[in-house]
Amino acid sequence: MADLDVPQSKSRDLDKLLLRPGNLVGPDFYPGTELRDDIREYVRILVVGAGGLGCELLKDLALSGFRNLDVIDMDRIEVTNLNRQFLFRLEDVGKPKAEVAAKRVMERVSGVEIVPHFSRIEDKELEFYNNFSIIALGLDSIEARRYINGVACGFLEYDEDDTPRRETIKPMVDGGTEGFKGHARVIVPGVTPCFECTIWLFPPQVKFPLCTLAETPRNAAHCIEYAHLIKWPEVHGGKSFDPDEPEHMKWVYDEAIKRAELFGIPGVTYSLTQGVVKNIIPAIASTNAIISAACALETLKIVSGCSKTLANYLTYNGGEGLHTKVTEFVRDKDCLVCGPGILIELDTSITLQKFIDMLEEHPKLLLSKASVKHGKDSLYMQAPPVLEEMHRPNLSKTLYDLMGRVQKDTVHVFGTALKNEEKHSSLTKLRVVFKGVDGVTDMDTAIGA
Amino acid sequence: MKRVEQEPTMSEPKKTKYDRQLRIWGELGQTALENASICLLNCGPTGTETLKNLVLGGIGSITVVDGSKVEIGDLGNNFMVDEKSVGQSKAKCTCAFLQELNDAVKANFIEENPDSLIMTNPSFFSQFTLVVATQLVEDSMVKLDRICREANVKLIIARSYGLTGFVRISVKEHTIIDSKPDHFLDDLRLNNPWPELKRFVDTIDIKTPDPIAHKHIPYVVILVKIAEEWARSHNNNLPLTREEKREFKDLVKSKMVSLDEDNYKEAIEATFKVFAPRGISQEIQEIINDSSAEVGSNSSDFWIMVAALKEFISNEGGGEAPLEGSMPDMTSSTEHYINLQKIYQTKAEADCLSMEHRVKNILTNIGRDPHSISKPTIKSFCKNARKLKVCRYRMLEDEFSNPSVTELHKCSASEDYSSAIGFYILLRAVDRFAATYKKFPGQFDGRQVDEDATRLKTTALSLLSDMGCKDFVLPEELCNEMSRFGAAELHVVAAFVGGIASQEIIKLITKQFVPMLGTFIFNGIDHKSESLTL
Repeated sequence: MADLDVPQSKSRDLDKLLLRPGNLVGPDFYPGTELRDDIREYVRILVVGAGGLGCELLKDLALSGFRNLDVIDMDRIEVTNLNRQFLFRLEDVGKPKAEVAAKRVMERVSGVEIVPHFSRIEDKELEFYNNFSIIALGLDSIEARRYINGVACGFLEYDEDDTPRRETIKPMVDGGTEGFKGHARVIVPGVTPCFECTIWLFPPQVKFPLCTLAETPRNAAHCIEYAHLIKWPEVHGGKSFDPDEPEHMKWVYDEAIKRAELFGIPGVTYSLTQGVVKNIIPAIASTNAIISAACALETLKIVSGCSKTLANYLTYNGGEGLHTKVTEFVRDKDCLVCGPGILIELDTSITLQKFIDMLEEHPKLLLSKASVKHGKDSLYMQAPPVLEEMHRPNLSKTLYDLMGRVQKDTVHVFGTALKNEEKHSSLTKLRVVFKGVDGVTDMDTAIGA
Repeated sequence: MKRVEQEPTMSEPKKTKYDRQLRIWGELGQTALENASICLLNCGPTGTETLKNLVLGGIGSITVVDGSKVEIGDLGNNFMVDEKSVGQSKAKCTCAFLQELNDAVKANFIEENPDSLIMTNPSFFSQFTLVVATQLVEDSMVKLDRICREANVKLIIARSYGLTGFVRISVKEHTIIDSKPDHFLDDLRLNNPWPELKRFVDTIDIKTPDPIAHKHIPYVVILVKIAEEWARSHNNNLPLTREEKREFKDLVKSKMVSLDEDNYKEAIEATFKVFAPRGISQEIQEIINDSSAEVGSNSSDFWIMVAALKEFISNEGGGEAPLEGSMPDMTSSTEHYINLQKIYQTKAEADCLSMEHRVKNILTNIGRDPHSISKPTIKSFCKNARKLKVCRYRMLEDEFSNPSVTELHKCSASEDYSSAIGFYILLRAVDRFAATYKKFPGQFDGRQVDEDATRLKTTALSLLSDMGCKDFVLPEELCNEMSRFGAAELHVVAAFVGGIASQEIIKLITKQFVPMLGTFIFNGIDHKSESLTL
């Protein structure tokens, strides 16, 4: 059954979705060759992490019509990656993941440009992240997700009526796996919940109480953590434990064995020692493939509108039968990271002291004893006394000066709020706008003069 | 001297390479994978993505079958071909790229059209552990299913079609000892303690005046003791009503001497284990009552052990399965915990020993070597006796010609299932369409999408009527979407569907975890995928 109408094209299959109108599609779907070509030319996607999910994401995106990809990862390839990170071979062990992954995909899929970044995510300028249409996350830590989420939401701006400005929205797709389980989600800051809105989805990690380790060990993990957390510092003093140093791991294992023998506890093995100490999460190729495919598909849909998108969180469990579930989580309206914050208009002459007093009167806040933070800088702190004293001189300065004479910016205030007649501590985001300062016009005038 | 069970050991480099998956399915599971031979039909992305995940995991051998040549269009959806492959055998090219992923795997290719292979050489398939058939049309699926059932070869069918697709397992019966459920009530017998456990509990004074000792009594001891106390004052019954359960909890709480006693907090949390019903679950009851549990010389080891289990439960088990023998971690002094652990282990070993005798007797009775089922196998069976699973799958032919009408109606009435059932019907209808029009709806010419959608709808309605499900309302927009898809095999959909297929293959081969039942219908539009058991 040869195609008589259209000459052979690499996008034979994708064209069906991108060139033809549909009726279960996004609101801004304009099918046609222009859409396909625009995706190739103008869309740039960042893949964060070149591990189990990252390798899959790069392949999936390269075969979904995207031509401009970047990948960032600070890790080097290890032997234990090879059972799932399919872009790596034994001879690649020790090389930077991002570089090898980019090279392998470019070798296989012609026309795709992948820029690797062998770097920590925190070491990139914030503006680096603004170069991308979408950020796809293939990460295994909550901290890294929080960081990228913070950066992406940081680009978000709101109108006066608290609607997010479209052009400032930086969507993310996020995947995670553990054994036969995983999740895929779509985060459109200002529209769907951000990572921070639903941070409760990630329960805190359970740690053994130190007294159990020291006094009443009952299982192999207790013996291992005793050797790792109590015995190691006791014996080695200042030398810190390095989980990637086989000598160190062997020492912990030997000590754990001794402890287990002392208490008659079975089950300490070298493999378990590594698992407990490094907090190893079991991982297999199939789950990574499934979750990444869902993330890449959503990326294509967000960019093109060729189909409705996932709203907004997919959980997947393939251990006992096969179960998928879609949950539509809702935004936390007061989210400090993606929420608009409370809009406050101020005169440039207002001092920090006056501002703090104002917060107490503000009907939406009723915030007393407030500490004030602008970005990473503390402007004022109520406690401890040393820091209070250090920041006290700021109270008489104007907030406008303290914030670096910008027309508008975000500040965070922390204090005691009165809500439903009850006092509780509260951290709130404020959008401060200074009256009579119009950044853009000022500039224009300056240039004109 | 304690005897150490000899586990099969694999080489250190292999252990390191497969470390992250060995933590899931262990060396036994890995060995099963390494002994398996897989045959793939059709080397499109659905097939190659399925195999990619298996090759990485160290499957024994793969044989890929495809009679076509690589076209330019394949470069846009298949990672296992590149520009140099164009015009060459697809089977050969994909096989070479798959081999690159893991040199421990034996990779073979056969340049032949799978449909004609099914027609002309059915005995070909009997050499494999499992056949994974991708992108086949209904007629070939049905024929292949018959061949595989006959030859006792496991079959998985996977198909990607636009933004939808499906995965279906077809094996006569799959029995699982090590089903590894996520959440499963531990086997502590707090509501039914055996004499040794009772005796141990009696040696501990839960009213001890020593506060350190008091807060290190494991909750097992606390609850067995309080349950006995309760039973004495309640006609030998345990709490039944909600009110009684609350009172029981309060009774436990009243024994706390200080608020920081973690063992008591755990005891209060664990009171539901006292209220749990005694004896075996409905599911295990069904398994021991299954006609396969009446064993003969052709019975599998699994069913022979089930027959032994049935005897055990109604004799020395006193209504219970063999004790699992493990305990969760709980606040306790080391000494109490280790002693308690020994009591559970000793009982588990004794239960296992009686099971072993029963298994040997049964084997002798059916004329088999009494030692033909190994001790570690029986031990594993006993440890998992409450978690056994039996999965059976209808033949495709039966499902297609005689689908469960009750299931169909149930699904079509539910909002969650309506698009899944719609896709199920349409995925079958496109094959009928193709048989008539020699192409899939919307396959070649974008201008014919609407016209084909109308024809597809007509085809689907006649299929529904054949299925005895005339009143099902086929969503119009799904017909249109299906025609728009034009039989596209998108890489991401193939990666998803192939990912599921490979995972199910791993479960079938390792005989661990529980494979999916029914037909998994992938919904790439809103991800509300569902499994249909028709």
